[in-house]
Amino acid sequence: MPADLLFEIGCEEVPAKMLAKALADLPAAIEQKLGAARLTWSSVRALGTPRRLAVIVKGLADRQPDLDEEVVGPPVSAAFAADGSITKAGQGFAAKNGVAPDALVKKEVAGKKGVYVVAKRHVTGNETRALLPDLLRDVAAGIPWPKSMRWGWSETTFVRPVQWLVALFGGEVVPLAWAGLTAGRKSRGHRFLSPNWIEIASADKYVDALRDAHVVVDPDARRDLVRAELARLETETGFRVRPDEALLAEVIHLGEYPVGISGGFDPAYLEVPAEIIVTAMRTHQRYFAMEDAQGKLAPRFATMMATIVKDPAVVARGNETVLAARLADAKFFFTEDRKKSFDDWNAKLEGVVFQAKLGDAAKTIGHKVQRLVGIVEALGGSPVAKQAARYAKSDLASHAVGEFPEVQGIMGRHYAKLAGLGDEVATVIDQHWWPKGQGAALPTTDEAALVALADRMDTIVGCFAVGLEPSGSADPFGLRRAAIGIWQILLDRGWTQHYARLRQAAETQLVAQGVALTDSKPLDEFFRARLRGIFIDQGIPAQDADAALAQDFRDPVDARARALACAKISKEAREVFKRVANILDDARGKKIVIGGNPDPALFAAPDNVEHKLYAAIKTAQDAERSARDKRDYAAVFESLEKLRPTVAAFFDKGGVMVMDPDPKLRDNRLALLHWFITPYITIADFRLLAGAAA
Amino acid sequence: MYLQDFIFTLSKFWAERGCVVEQPVDVEVGAGTFHPATFLRVLGPEPWNAAFVQFCRRPADGRYGENPNRVGGYYQFQVGLKPSPLHVQDLYLDSLRAVGLDPATHDIRFVEDDWESPTLGAWGLGWEVWCDGMEVTQYTYFQQAGGIDLMPATAELTYGIERLCMYLQGVDNMFDVKWDKHVTYGQLRHPWEVEFSKYHFEELKPEIAFRNFDSYEGECQRLLERGLVLPAYEFCMKSSHAFNSLDARGAISVTERQRFIGRVRGMARACAHEYVKSRARLGFPLLPKAIGAKAKEAFDGVGSSDSGGVNAGALAAARAVASHAEELPHAG
Repeated sequence: MPADLLFEIGCEEVPAKMLAKALADLPAAIEQKLGAARLTWSSVRALGTPRRLAVIVKGLADRQPDLDEEVVGPPVSAAFAADGSITKAGQGFAAKNGVAPDALVKKEVAGKKGVYVVAKRHVTGNETRALLPDLLRDVAAGIPWPKSMRWGWSETTFVRPVQWLVALFGGEVVPLAWAGLTAGRKSRGHRFLSPNWIEIASADKYVDALRDAHVVVDPDARRDLVRAELARLETETGFRVRPDEALLAEVIHLGEYPVGISGGFDPAYLEVPAEIIVTAMRTHQRYFAMEDAQGKLAPRFATMMATIVKDPAVVARGNETVLAARLADAKFFFTEDRKKSFDDWNAKLEGVVFQAKLGDAAKTIGHKVQRLVGIVEALGGSPVAKQAARYAKSDLASHAVGEFPEVQGIMGRHYAKLAGLGDEVATVIDQHWWPKGQGAALPTTDEAALVALADRMDTIVGCFAVGLEPSGSADPFGLRRAAIGIWQILLDRGWTQHYARLRQAAETQLVAQGVALTDSKPLDEFFRARLRGIFIDQGIPAQDADAALAQDFRDPVDARARALACAKISKEAREVFKRVANILDDARGKKIVIGGNPDPALFAAPDNVEHKLYAAIKTAQDAERSARDKRDYAAVFESLEKLRPTVAAFFDKGGVMVMDPDPKLRDNRLALLHWFITPYITIADFRLLAGAAA
Repeated sequence: MYLQDFIFTLSKFWAERGCVVEQPVDVEVGAGTFHPATFLRVLGPEPWNAAFVQFCRRPADGRYGENPNRVGGYYQFQVGLKPSPLHVQDLYLDSLRAVGLDPATHDIRFVEDDWESPTLGAWGLGWEVWCDGMEVTQYTYFQQAGGIDLMPATAELTYGIERLCMYLQGVDNMFDVKWDKHVTYGQLRHPWEVEFSKYHFEELKPEIAFRNFDSYEGECQRLLERGLVLPAYEFCMKSSHAFNSLDARGAISVTERQRFIGRVRGMARACAHEYVKSRARLGFPLLPKAIGAKAKEAFDGVGSSDSGGVNAGALAAARAVASHAEELPHAG
């Protein structure tokens, strides 16, 4: 009879983000193992807290079904002698599979030539109980933690030391040993509130048994509980909790029994920009910010304890003390910073090395700022862009950013406004760091976009010039991310000519500061590969992206249009056009010079296939003219697609031998193909378009 | 609880659980982890349980004695348990109870904080322990030091003495912490903070510190060639401090930092490898003789060759010892 399975791994506190990922992955992992073991089940559910990972499988079959299978053995010629008697190999195969020699069947096998002997086997299914120990051990050992560790003398690795195991199937303990522990039915309650071992009778009693022991093991229930606690705090304080889903997702995994408390801080700190306060509370303390009805930051915070304490006021006071120290720091920095000007900071940055390998005349942030201004000028940036470039990095020298690196740019914006530099400049200073991550917002003004581009291009070109390009998974200077940012901004702005100009300008600036440039090929490939990644992320098939980018990648808008247009070319057409391109390549490989226009007077193939092709191409090219002018590549390829039957006929039915022994005919046919394909191959390189994936 | 009673209580607590109460290392270090009682002892198969106070210098954190929470020199109480017992967390929580932090009254949490020391080529996984939102302890299971995989693993607990005492004494300013009945932390430490902040931020001559760094590095390498691991390691510690001082002075840029860190790591790595070899030559003397001999034999079988060999040798030695784990001393 099907029964329920409970498997719990008791552990020291698992990091919140890793726990979330493990809980999300666990059901699929266990379903995969159960499926591979030919077991059936009705549902799988993962549960967990920082101190435990659990999975409940409902309606798990109590045994594998019997299996009738055919095992393919040696060819008949090897299993039986010419006189029909069985050979040693045949006997061995029969014995191995537990069938009598005369029960072997002779038959053809899919995918193999000839006739083989086949043993028909009946395998009796195992009991689930017997399969579970290995299966659960594999599940436990197979959880892919981003980082795992050893403890004591143990050879086992896990995210944190494993403390206990519970494994129950149909209420019976599964005999399982792993990580130096033996599974039983004893779990643990809350570390402080229910420190004793608790007995779990069966899987269906698990959630409630833990609830009685002050453990809310269901993450969804914990999320509801945290929300309810936050709502309670809102009612009690009269302030709203500022929504922060990312923080909430982390907070629900910071304890087994969340209890909300609220605290306050001195309103005098509100003169410090809200971003600093919120950052200090969020990243250092995991506090939720609170706000008034108008959305203005309030001098209060909400947070979750992980336990019930005698007097929550004591814990609240403790938290307030910690926050006060952090805010005192922040306020001190803010006050000190306001005594300085952007030019003071820039002077300081002249002594701060950005990249030592660039050499003494180019290595500081001051040098970098000079280059930024130079690049922005070269690209015709506005006075706002130029001034912003000059001050884009200044806040790096401020105390506030020194303490809270995540507010770089943001503080620059505040300080720029306070210093009277104007909103536009302030926006550029802030947004030149954008996008800050995958899917993050892009700069919203042309000036911000330009400075953002200049900064990244300078970093990339400079690092490549001194041999600091990324290798393998190592990208210590974040160059890949920077290049992706460049393409995203260019695509977003629709800037078609900036890439080449930016690179040129960045190179000029670096050279002026004495940096020797190296071979530009690796840099080309680096940029091309990043754009390819973006296209693929946008759902463009890899080979279409490759075909488009192989021709030219410098104008990302155009390259994307060309890549998207490839979708118009059918699988069959891809084969045909690839063939054309390959023939031309082969000819070039044989040192044949291809060129000039085809001469219809030399068309000699039967059925006039050359003339037909020539005429069809001419018609198509005329028809495509306006589409080409408008860069409507999809329309061009639609027209090309229509040529496919004619081109195919040239090869197939007409049987034209391009590489004719007569060099005159040969060269004319090559010229015909070249003349035909060139306008298309500049859009996408057909050699990279295999048919299969179209 | 006075600061000195806090130290007495923790020392006694951990001594009763099998720790050697070591003394601070008399070379400038940025963290207790640099103490040879931690960095070197965590290497190889020998069990080792120790607790000690270490004065730590973080020049960049100096605030001229004006910040109530931040200083350029402070004290850590460090505990190293090798091998890490399975109930370290329970032991640790008992130690908090011993100094008066009861989990029935306070919100104690283990919040992820993986530890890495690029200068020591060391890393571990663990948490910062929060008491009412305040980080009071760094708790780490060491996995690698000096580039060598650690088996058995060491659990390292680092208590922030000042913070815990501020909390226990209910004061908002570190300098108001009472060291004993009569003397405050400020009376003892404030002048140092003022003068060393001035020194590190204004007076320190980078050219001297750069020169020192170079000569310490040279000595470290020279001494290692002569088989003098312990003096060599002292020069590694000294160069790390020279680097920290230069960093505080603003004399080292973001990217140059990486190079300096790499140089210190190179020294730490070389010291770690030579240390394991030297312990093997001595027959891993903190092990019972017969087991030590087995470990040495296992090490020599694999690990006497190049540096990759030391790592493999250390693991082989540990595996030879692991089956005797029950016979060996462990904390608890």
